[in-house]
Amino acid sequence: MADTEIPNDLRYTREDEWCRMEGTRIVIGVTDYAQQQLGDIVFVELPAVGSSVERGEPFGVIESVKAVSDLYAPVSGEVVEVNGDLADHPEHVNEDCYTDGWMITIEPSDASDLDSLLDAASYRRHVEERSTE
Amino acid sequence: MSGLKRTPLHDAHRALGGRMVPFAGFEMPVQYGSILEEHAAVREAAGLFDVSHMGEIFLSGPAAVASVERLVTCPVDSLKPGRVRYGLLCNEDGGVVDDVTVYRLAEDRLFLCVNASNIEKDYRWIVRHAQPGARVEDRSDHYGLLALQGPASAAILAQLCPLPLDSMKRFRFEEAAVAGATTLVSRTGYTGSDGFELYVGSGEVGGVFQALLDAGKPLGLRPCGLGARDTLRLEAALPLYGHELDDTTSPLEAGLARFVKRERGGFLGAEAIERRASAGAERQLIGFVVEGRGVARAAYPILHGGAKVGVVTSGAPSPTLGKSIGLGYVPPALAAPGTRIEIGVRERAVPARVVETPFWSPGRAS
Repeated sequence: MADTEIPNDLRYTREDEWCRMEGTRIVIGVTDYAQQQLGDIVFVELPAVGSSVERGEPFGVIESVKAVSDLYAPVSGEVVEVNGDLADHPEHVNEDCYTDGWMITIEPSDASDLDSLLDAASYRRHVEERSTE
Repeated sequence: MSGLKRTPLHDAHRALGGRMVPFAGFEMPVQYGSILEEHAAVREAAGLFDVSHMGEIFLSGPAAVASVERLVTCPVDSLKPGRVRYGLLCNEDGGVVDDVTVYRLAEDRLFLCVNASNIEKDYRWIVRHAQPGARVEDRSDHYGLLALQGPASAAILAQLCPLPLDSMKRFRFEEAAVAGATTLVSRTGYTGSDGFELYVGSGEVGGVFQALLDAGKPLGLRPCGLGARDTLRLEAALPLYGHELDDTTSPLEAGLARFVKRERGGFLGAEAIERRASAGAERQLIGFVVEGRGVARAAYPILHGGAKVGVVTSGAPSPTLGKSIGLGYVPPALAAPGTRIEIGVRERAVPARVVETPFWSPGRAS
């Protein structure tokens, strides 16, 4: 998995989401590894702005040609922004998962949730463990 | 992936970057790169599939033809050597044991190409119902099977094979050398596009696979996995056993009446199929296009006016049409093209419409 991009400045979940801290808020998307595993993304279903999400619970759905997968919230909090472009351009998740492919921004309700996230090195090990199975 | 069988092309798939998944007891490539690109290659140029997991069950001897005539829903005695017919093996209740293609090799020799998931079930069924004087042999492990599909298929195959392919019609086959290997070349397929299926000895199929990839590359040929095979067959509205067909579905409910010799009868399940038809079918297979946002998937409910009336058997985004399409069973009263239905996608009822099938065919504007 040497060709999997895992930026050092992001935090990660074991369910292959990335998190970028922007002030008090957290921007969330799926990782390069996730989009490679899923293949061509054809549909992304995201929550509405103002809804609340719970750490470890599904907040949306991502569909490839073949499969449907849940998206899991890395932290609890309120959804304050949603990437509406993905409705018409789900391929952004394949093309630019860390930029145009972002999904939602959360205002966390409990800052200590952030402690459970992986750093880039830990996440890389998690990816490598699965790809050598 | 322990306990799974591998086809003779396993190492070639790995070398090509194929993502291997379990399918019908085999480890098979679901995709090499993008399913959408593999799908497009078949519609616009050509794709090469390893379908060596499919089974080949041979019948020979003086009672071979009569045995198959009794076993399948399509006429067999009128099938000339060198021709293929699609048909169904049915049980006594009129349900489908498997859907198969019947190859007439000679007066007293045929084989059935069967689904991988059903090889053992079919073999037992055929042995049980074969007449004395028919020898039944499962030769699935002796053959590799390649599907070369797409409009450029004939031009690619012609580089490796001396047959006059331009004059070879659909549902005909001939034996010939392909890249030096003795091959049964059949103008058939499971994509809706033109193409060939190539039965090659399992020891030689690797060489033929590589020779085709090399010859086809300048013409846009790509290796294709089971993911694209599924979206291609769905656009062509070809049934997949275990989805549209199973031991309980009647071929008539599945819209396959043209493959059933109803007037002649005499095949296993014939009486039950007629009995079910005169009692009135409870369900009919339909094709539908999703008109709202969402993708229909197998096992999702089909709704009408909010009430569940049926079930999706296959669904996917159609790469050629750019819409979400699917097949499913509904009561006959709701089966007419144009009927508005909904698909239960998670908690939402997404509008959809019954349409004519196939969703796509060559020569029809997409």
